[in-house]
Amino acid sequence: MISVRNLSVSFAKTQVLHDVSFEVAKGESFALVGESGSGKSTILKALAGQLKSWQGDLDIMDAPQGAGSKRDLARKVQMVFQDPYGSLHPRRTIDDTLGEPLAIHGIPDRDRRVLDMLDAVGLSRRFRFRLPHQLSGGQRQRVAIARALMLDPPVLLLDEPTSALDVSVQAEILNLLKALREEKGLTFLLVTHDLPVVSFLCDRLAILRAGRIEETTDVADLRSGQLSSAYGQELFRRSVDG
Amino acid sequence: MTTRSWLLSDDPETRMQARLGQFYRLARALLRNPLAMIGLGIIVLLLLVAAFAPWLAPYSAVQGDLANRLQPPSAAHWMGTDELGRDILSRVIFGARITLMIVLLVAVVAAPLGLLIGTVAGYFGGWIDRILMGLTDIFLSLPRLIMALAFVAALGPGIENAVIAIAITAWPVYARIARAEVLTFRNAEFLDAVRVQGASSARIITLHVMPLCMSSTIVRVTLDMAGIILTAAGLGFLGLGAQPPLPEWGAMISRGRSFILDQWWVATMPGFAIVIVSLGFCLFGDGLRDILDPKQRARG
Repeated sequence: MISVRNLSVSFAKTQVLHDVSFEVAKGESFALVGESGSGKSTILKALAGQLKSWQGDLDIMDAPQGAGSKRDLARKVQMVFQDPYGSLHPRRTIDDTLGEPLAIHGIPDRDRRVLDMLDAVGLSRRFRFRLPHQLSGGQRQRVAIARALMLDPPVLLLDEPTSALDVSVQAEILNLLKALREEKGLTFLLVTHDLPVVSFLCDRLAILRAGRIEETTDVADLRSGQLSSAYGQELFRRSVDG
Repeated sequence: MTTRSWLLSDDPETRMQARLGQFYRLARALLRNPLAMIGLGIIVLLLLVAAFAPWLAPYSAVQGDLANRLQPPSAAHWMGTDELGRDILSRVIFGARITLMIVLLVAVVAAPLGLLIGTVAGYFGGWIDRILMGLTDIFLSLPRLIMALAFVAALGPGIENAVIAIAITAWPVYARIARAEVLTFRNAEFLDAVRVQGASSARIITLHVMPLCMSSTIVRVTLDMAGIILTAAGLGFLGLGAQPPLPEWGAMISRGRSFILDQWWVATMPGFAIVIVSLGFCLFGDGLRDILDPKQRARG
């Protein structure tokens, strides 16, 4: 589904990614784990077409990422951002936000699709014409997830989707993501520094450090604490110790 | 359910109700601001006077009675008469039309132009920003009245050319404000999100960026109205705006200058009109700024 081979990215003179390679199968949930600055979000940006220059091969659904137009890419890959307070336009109602992808792609039947999507992400229909500042953080993140699913993309990129939320709300959002993935057969690529989130939501993971992949492994190894790299062990210990 | 609770509902059922509700909240906030209401009152009065000028004016604005020249204010001529025996009140009333036309035309030309240039420069950044802002800086660095004078001198005197000249000198301020506003949110995730959805730059700028710059532009335009009226009056005063016999307020002051010591009312009455209308726009603009500030907006 997603294939990243020898991806290297430089900003100005600093190289932030060094020959990163991994594969994500269809329907799989894959996590990129690392501390801030390890380059994990940059990989998502490259896949979503938000980077101007990078080297290497990026394939999404067996076609090079840059092959089609931006709109074609948008139908394949959508993204959920980290901060639900910054990812919704402050002056547009939920209805406007969810209707926008439909308007861009000329998809008809806006009313029905918006209402269906509100139901799918567990938001009451009465929120439809509210502005973002009238919603809580968890509700906003549901809107952001709904927006990403409006175009029915098979791949969802999740950029620390729960790190800006309260702990109690985090669980709700993770459950929602898990349910949506099963229901729609989505492929997830999740970026996080939170190992419990990985073990709850993902099948496999790659550990990144300073722009290089330290190891790629199964989530079972994470649960049993059998990460092979020294850095992976260190992350695991820190996570257990809190 | 009353109309009021329908408008203020937290859970509007239709797009229409949501829009009306937002509008009602703004209107209510404005009503609570007495100074803004005074400003609005003056603007409405100006609009009414301009609309009904032929019915309100007791005499003709252009035809005078030379036997009655330079009469002081009296029951027959509330504001007196000028050097050609024309009723100053009637001229001030008809002058409201000219003032209103100048102000509206300048706002309609300059504000969208400035908004477009500012948002494009701020959104794209890089060399587009440098070129557009360089151009803006050149216009900003020249004194407004002098530039307007130069344009009118080149285009020829007259009201239309005065409007064009003022508009050309007014847009850079709006471009600057819009750009500064865009820079505060150009890297926001809600813009990344529409980009990921495949929206074109034109769509992002017009539908997502511009609405966020709108309120500051509207406020600035309202506050600038006073300056526009004064520039127009200044051009009229220098004989480069409205031409005789048009009753433009600045031109009227200019003609009254010769009699200012003995017949003070000739220059003073149109001066009052300019001051009051400018004040009205200033007060209203201040009030608008208070309620359009997004941080205050959440309060119902």
